[in-house]
Amino acid sequence: MSILQVLNLHKSYGKTEVLKGVGFSMNEGEVLSIIGSSGSGKTTLLRCINFLERADEGQILVNGEVIFDARNKNQLSISEQRKNQLNFGLVFQSFNLFPQYNVLENVELAPKLLAKERNDYKENKKEILASIESEARAVLERVGLSDKLANYPCELSGGQQQRVSIARALALKPKVLFFDEPTSALDPELTGEILKVIRSLAAKKITMVIVTHEIEFAKNVSDNVIFMDDGVIVEQGRVEDVIDNPQNERTRNFLRKLSDK
Amino acid sequence: MSGINEALGSLFNGFGFNCIIFFCTLLFALPLGLIITFGSMSRFIPISFITRTFVWIIRGTPLMLQIFVVLYAPGLLLDFPMKSRLTAVLVAFIINYAAYFSEIYRGGIESISKGQYEAGQVLGLTKSQVFFKIVLFQVIKRIVPPMSNEIITLVKDTSLARIVGIAEIIMCAERFTKQGLIWPLFSTGIYFLIFNGVLTLLFGFIEKKFNYYRG
Repeated sequence: MSILQVLNLHKSYGKTEVLKGVGFSMNEGEVLSIIGSSGSGKTTLLRCINFLERADEGQILVNGEVIFDARNKNQLSISEQRKNQLNFGLVFQSFNLFPQYNVLENVELAPKLLAKERNDYKENKKEILASIESEARAVLERVGLSDKLANYPCELSGGQQQRVSIARALALKPKVLFFDEPTSALDPELTGEILKVIRSLAAKKITMVIVTHEIEFAKNVSDNVIFMDDGVIVEQGRVEDVIDNPQNERTRNFLRKLSDK
Repeated sequence: MSGINEALGSLFNGFGFNCIIFFCTLLFALPLGLIITFGSMSRFIPISFITRTFVWIIRGTPLMLQIFVVLYAPGLLLDFPMKSRLTAVLVAFIINYAAYFSEIYRGGIESISKGQYEAGQVLGLTKSQVFFKIVLFQVIKRIVPPMSNEIITLVKDTSLARIVGIAEIIMCAERFTKQGLIWPLFSTGIYFLIFNGVLTLLFGFIEKKFNYYRG
């Protein structure tokens, strides 16, 4: 069964329709890249799936269970909404770390706040907090930041900040981890370290959706690719097919423009 | 010699009123300002409209006028006269400063990037967790400089209480000019300078505390 199914998403801002019926599905452990020019709707798609925008039409299913249906106008209760939210993790283009907390605190903050809702929180407070801390240290080690735990975001390079934000998302063990152009805000020499981290996550079979401009990287790391243009999926399939042998004229134009640069 | 002692004692007692007005205004206007902020940022348009109009009126008219209105309007319009002139002054100051504080708070809250809220949301935090655990601290850091400005202004504004006969320090000092003495008037300035000097040091200390991070 697909871990994530997105069905027929539509989204308009005023009269501009940004998503015109987008659907795809992916399996557990798969890495999917979404490519396309600016304004093609990639980021809006990601924001709709992560509940940062509300799609006007369409459904989202996780493991076959509907977690979003645009026809269902009744507001979900806040706790249901957050439970749905936690299926996914999102790494932002601009990191959005919390500047007043150090690296370790940035990663621990959400797990600690969420743990307060556990029934056994009061009895086992010490053990729970200790295990959250050790898990936070473990994810930070995975992204190679064990020596920066006590540093504040303003003391880190862009690449390091983005690695913290990946660790912060991983700490909640999302079923699918989304990346919104994770290297676009970085100097070219810093993108390598992010790509390396993402590649190591792919090797661990973490399910990921990556919106990116780095075609070479998309080719390297992903199993499948979606090419979007003007609010629709123009072409999707295995990396080898879409990037090396595109069938659609628009995909060919886009890839040619990129290789001309 | 007894003249000097009398003048010094009178100034000291007068400054007591300035201090009462200062501390009471801070105590009540700081939280009231936050409530006004939530009103003016409300997504329910009638509430934000009413609140913003209120802030506009309070900030757009003289504090002196507001003191007179609070003192006389209940008696003349509602047949419910203000018993204490000091209470009237306090009410006017609290409302006036709460309106100013609310605008500083609003500016601070609106200066926090949308990304901070979104990051909190995708991490599964509730709206109040996002506000109290993520946003509030950053807002406080940003509003310390404008707040210190406003609070120093408040110290000096307390002298306005004399217009309804509260014997605050400058009113006390002025009496001595009739005896041909100017130094009591000058020395009130020293009171204000010392008080504001302490506040300046305090706010400098707070700003430094927040300096451990940028952003």
